[in-house]
Order: sequence, then structure tokens, then C-alpha cells
Amino acid sequence: MRWALLADIHANLEALQACLEQAGREGADGYAFVGDLIGYGADPGAVIDIVEEHARHGAVVVRGNHDAAALENSAETMNPAAARAVLWTRKQLNQRQVAFLDSLPLTARREGILFVHASAASPGQWTYVTDPARAAESIAMSKGATWIFSGHVHEPALYFASGSGRPVPFKPMAGVTIPVEKRRRWLAIIGSAGQPRDGRTEACWALFDDVKQTLAFHRVPYDWAQAAAKVRAAGLPERLAHRLEHGE
Amino acid sequence: MSGLPERGDVIDGFRIEERIHAGGMGVIYRVSGPETGFPMIMKIPRLGPGEPGEAVVTFEVERMVLGALTGPHVPRFVAAGDLARIPYLVMERVEGRPLADWVGKGPVPPAEVARLGLAVANALHSLHLQNVVHLDVKPSNVILRESGEAVLIDFGIAHHGHFPDLLAEEFRRPMGSAPYLSPEQVLGARDDARSDLFALGAVLYELCTGRMPFGSPTSPAGLRVRLHRDPVPPRALVPGLPEWLQEVILRCLEPDAADRYATAAQVAFDLGHPDQVTVTSQGRRTRRLGVGKRMVRWLRAIGYGPDSVSSTSLQLAAAPIVLVAVATAHTNEARNEALRATVRRLVIAGEPTRLACITVIRPAPELVGADRHEAATSQRIKQLVQLRHWAEPLKLPPQQISYHVMESGDPAGALLEYARANHVDHVVIGSPPRDVTLGGLLGTVSTKVSAEAPCTVTVVRVRG
Repeated sequence: MRWALLADIHANLEALQACLEQAGREGADGYAFVGDLIGYGADPGAVIDIVEEHARHGAVVVRGNHDAAALENSAETMNPAAARAVLWTRKQLNQRQVAFLDSLPLTARREGILFVHASAASPGQWTYVTDPARAAESIAMSKGATWIFSGHVHEPALYFASGSGRPVPFKPMAGVTIPVEKRRRWLAIIGSAGQPRDGRTEACWALFDDVKQTLAFHRVPYDWAQAAAKVRAAGLPERLAHRLEHGE
Repeated sequence: MSGLPERGDVIDGFRIEERIHAGGMGVIYRVSGPETGFPMIMKIPRLGPGEPGEAVVTFEVERMVLGALTGPHVPRFVAAGDLARIPYLVMERVEGRPLADWVGKGPVPPAEVARLGLAVANALHSLHLQNVVHLDVKPSNVILRESGEAVLIDFGIAHHGHFPDLLAEEFRRPMGSAPYLSPEQVLGARDDARSDLFALGAVLYELCTGRMPFGSPTSPAGLRVRLHRDPVPPRALVPGLPEWLQEVILRCLEPDAADRYATAAQVAFDLGHPDQVTVTSQGRRTRRLGVGKRMVRWLRAIGYGPDSVSSTSLQLAAAPIVLVAVATAHTNEARNEALRATVRRLVIAGEPTRLACITVIRPAPELVGADRHEAATSQRIKQLVQLRHWAEPLKLPPQQISYHVMESGDPAGALLEYARANHVDHVVIGSPPRDVTLGGLLGTVSTKVSAEAPCTVTVVRVRG
């Protein structure tokens, strides 16, 4: 199967559509959304509807901290902008959309693959996997998964580990197909589709071919001006619009 | 599969023929089978208990890197077996002579060294353009095809800038071959294309003198000597060695990568144009550095850490070769200045960019024999004077600029051929003035060059 992997869409409809369009052109025939479908952006309902439609056709979807926060309608641990977005988001959702969020598991497994929004070491604690030590914990607690696909951290990264040593971080280059053979264990941070933070505005997604055992990280330009305008029109914090315009 | 295959065994459609090499990391067989149009070999790594742990990783690295490489300077990749099932690599058996054949028979004549070195530098440039650093350049890893082209083999410890480096953290001690290992490799760096230029310098040194510049140390301390001690100048060992060749070799062997050539293309350029190499005291001396200079090197070595390199392709992009075609025959100051203004933006003094100034003259057909030769020489000198005159206002240091007068009835063809052979990254050429009768002819040249050049072309036009 050729998996299109998306993480941290954050209610950015324009980014989601651009990623899915490119994934279709690249021949994706499976989809996985690894958490944070909503929060920050102006289109939570529309994004959930699209993801739900994919889920009905077999897509993997796991829960992220923003999805959980919207369900609980509480954002105690979040920064003020994120918290305001959570409370705003909840008001936009209809019952069906809330029920869909409520149905999402913290982790999902397919042959050799673990999907989890943050660290597999404590899926509900939302630990950021930002360094080799955190990656090692996540890999160690993945119950033998060969490939772990995560989000939460918004910059794409690939960690690989062989038997003994600490995982080695690697900064992938967009568009390059990387061999990720099952002799090693791999933890990929897909990068954020809807709110990139590495100084670039393009949406992140990745394509994983489980037969060829290859992984390609992709960046796709999308209409961020439109997405930012909607954030402002919705009365969401200015900072959230600014981030989309600058990828920070 | 247990153990190694026997002659006559068939693995995934490849029939095992004779064993042609058995090394520490693996065994190589000739294989026949699917029609590829070229002879093939199969490499099988030594795996299992008691075998070196590196064997499996170097096998994976070679499969990954070779599978991503193309072009005439690497063996063509055919197939790979799954590591979990039957690990093997099938690739082209490169026909030719290993560079090792030239080693160990005493000094090789300088012209031959230059020819061989040029071939290896061309191969390295092709590799570096594909974001790969070989990291184990040595005579036994280079094969010269009958055409004179060099092929690099054995990518077991190579580094691909776009793939995770499986060897980076796995093995702390430096990998590679002691005599050719660059100082930064000794310190563990694996991502600098200029490491290959150091190894090339060591190979050229060995070919010229029959000796290794830093011996074959086996201890870490022995390997670190090259961080500060300069090798005996080749001219001290081979008195007749041309100064320009020593200049090239010692510049490749600079301990600090930043002091070496910036790219393999620039090494190739100098090896292909001996008369354009600026010889400094480095090329002339026949003794090692004096105590004072050694002290400076030693002090620098103490604080030495490998540069952090962004990526091989960016490294190459920062050190382009620019060709400017100067039409000395029919031109005026406005056109000259317009051409220079464009070149000034591309070639900045002190940066690793190089400028080749070229003019193409037509052969004088009406004369024959000695007269013709004499006329051509004087014509050539006149043109050189004009080229230098054109370039003078650029105020570029001599190491950064070269002058070439070419004779050809097909100026565009000659410029294109030059650009291809010398890895030129950018061609600057003037467009013809509209009011000159020769305009049509010159127009053909710039049009053809911009249509067919392997690189970027800037056509400079004067307004009015």
C-alpha cells in the first residue's frame, strides 16, 4: 500500500486539500491522519468532514491533543492563543463531528506500523519527540513496530535506530524517496500540514510505500493567504494568521 | 541461505560463474543471466557470526548509494537481494584497468599523472553533483575504461546527502584507507566533498613519486599527523616534476578543507590546463615547511574542527566555473563593459568562483606549413593580449581567472565543447549589435550556445 501520511492539519482546509491532491497524483491508495485535525485554523468542521469521509473508506485516524481538548472543551495546559482557538473550535462543530472526534483512538496499528500523534511512550501525555532520547523512548514503547508515524512536533524529521545505539536524527529533504527497510526501526515525524513552523509556508505530508519500504517527505504550496484571511475573519488570534504567512 | 554460493548456483535468475575477489567485507563473483548488454558481477557480503559487523552496514550503504547513482562514472546497478533473504548486489562489471596498475612501478610521467588525475576528477565531479561523497578514493577503487574515462567503484562507506547516514553513528573510528584519508575524516566528518579531493591529492602524489604522502599509519596518533605536518614536496623526490603539478597536488592535500580546491571540477580544470595554473611558492619549494610555518599549522590543528557542510550540491553551487566568450574581433567599449558588468555580478574576487575567458578565432586557411603555424601563433598572442586587456578592469586574482584562445570554424561548437569538458556552470556571451553586418553570424553563435549549452547561459545585449 502507498500510504499518504498527514499530521497536524489544524483546521486548515486549503492545506489539507493541497496535500490530498498531490497525494492522489503520487498514487496514494491508503491514508493516515495522525492527530490534531483541528485547532488554530478556521475550518474545523470542513476538515473533519473530509477526514471522516476518508475514514469511512478505511483511512487510519488517531487523536491529537487539540482534538482531545475540543472534546473536553478545556485547554488548561495550552498557550492563550491555542486555548482561545479550542474554545472557538468547539462552537463550530456539530454533533456528528464531535462524535467522530470522540471515536478516535490514541494509537492505531497496521502490519509493522504504529500511528500515534505524540510519543508512543505515553500517548495521552502528548510528549514532544524532539530529540534522540525522546525518539528512543517512543521506539522502545512501540511494542516492536518497525515504522512509527507521528506528528505533534511540526517540523519533519526521521529517526532511525539499529539494535543497540540511540536513534540517529535525520533532516529529510522534500521530494527525496528514502529507503526505510525493516531491518532498522524508523520513527518519522511527518511535519505539519496545516501549520508549518520551519520557516517555510508549504504544507507537509509524506508518502510511505510498505511494499518497497520507502518513505518520501513532501512539501506542497497551498493558498495560505486564503487560510490566513479566514483565520482573521473568524476573529481568531492574529498570531495564528501570521504563522501561516511566515511558516513560523 | 547458508554459506556462500557455488559456481553454477542460480540466485534470482543470476547464474554464479567464477569467484573473482574475496575480501574482508564480502566476496565477488562474475554472474550471467538476464540480458543487460554488459558483463555483470555479484557482490555478497560476509554476514553471520564471526564476520565483521561493518559488512552488513557497508552492504546496505552501497546498495542505497549505488541504486541512486547514474552516469558513466559508476558501475551500472542491476539488482539487489533482500537482506533478510539472500543479500547480494548485482552491478556492471566495469571493463578496464584499475588505477592500481599504475602504482608501485616507480614514478609515473607527469603528463600521464595529469591525464589520470583529470579522469578521476571528472568522475568525482559527476558523483558530487549527485550529492554523493565517495570517502574511499584510492587506486584500487578507480577503474579506467578504454575510452580514458574513470569509474569509481566500492560505495560501501560513501555518504549520500539526501539519505540517512547509516554509518554516521554506528562506528566511531574513522573508516576508509589510511594513506588517503582526509584530516576531517580522521576526525569523523563524513559529509564534505572536499575529502575526496584530499584523497585524489594523495593518489596523485603516490603516482608522481611512488610514495604515500603520509605513509600508511595504523594508529589514531599516526593518522592525526596529517592534521598539521605537511608532506615532503613531490619535487624533492622527483626533481623534474613540473611546478604546476606540485601546486595542484599540494593544494589538494591542504589539511584545512577550506584551503583546498572548492570542487573537483576546479581540480579537473587545472589538470586540463597546466599553462593556466598560477604557481606559488607551494609549487616551487623542494623542502617541507619551515619551523615557523609548521608551528602555525600545528596551532591551527589544535583548534581544528571539520566545517559543518550544508550539502554537497550547495557546496558545488557556491563554487561555479563561469565561461565568458569575448568576441575580440568586432566589438566596442560599450559591449565590452556590458559583458564585464554581467561577469562582475557572477565572479567576485576572493570567492571560490573561477572565470575562463575565451575567444574563438577562425583558422587561417590560405597559408600552409610553417608559415601558417607562425601566423597562427602570432594571431594567438594578439588575441591573448586582447583577452587580458578585456579582463583587466575586473581585477581578479590570477588564481581565479584563465585565458583561452581557441581556433575553430565553428565557434558555437567550440564553446559548447569547452563548456561540457570543463564542467562550466554558467556561460556569458554577448549578443551581436544589430547594425553590424556580422550580426547575423554572431547571432547564430549566441543562439546556438544558449540553445544547446549544458548549463545556464546569459546573453548580454546593449540597449540602443
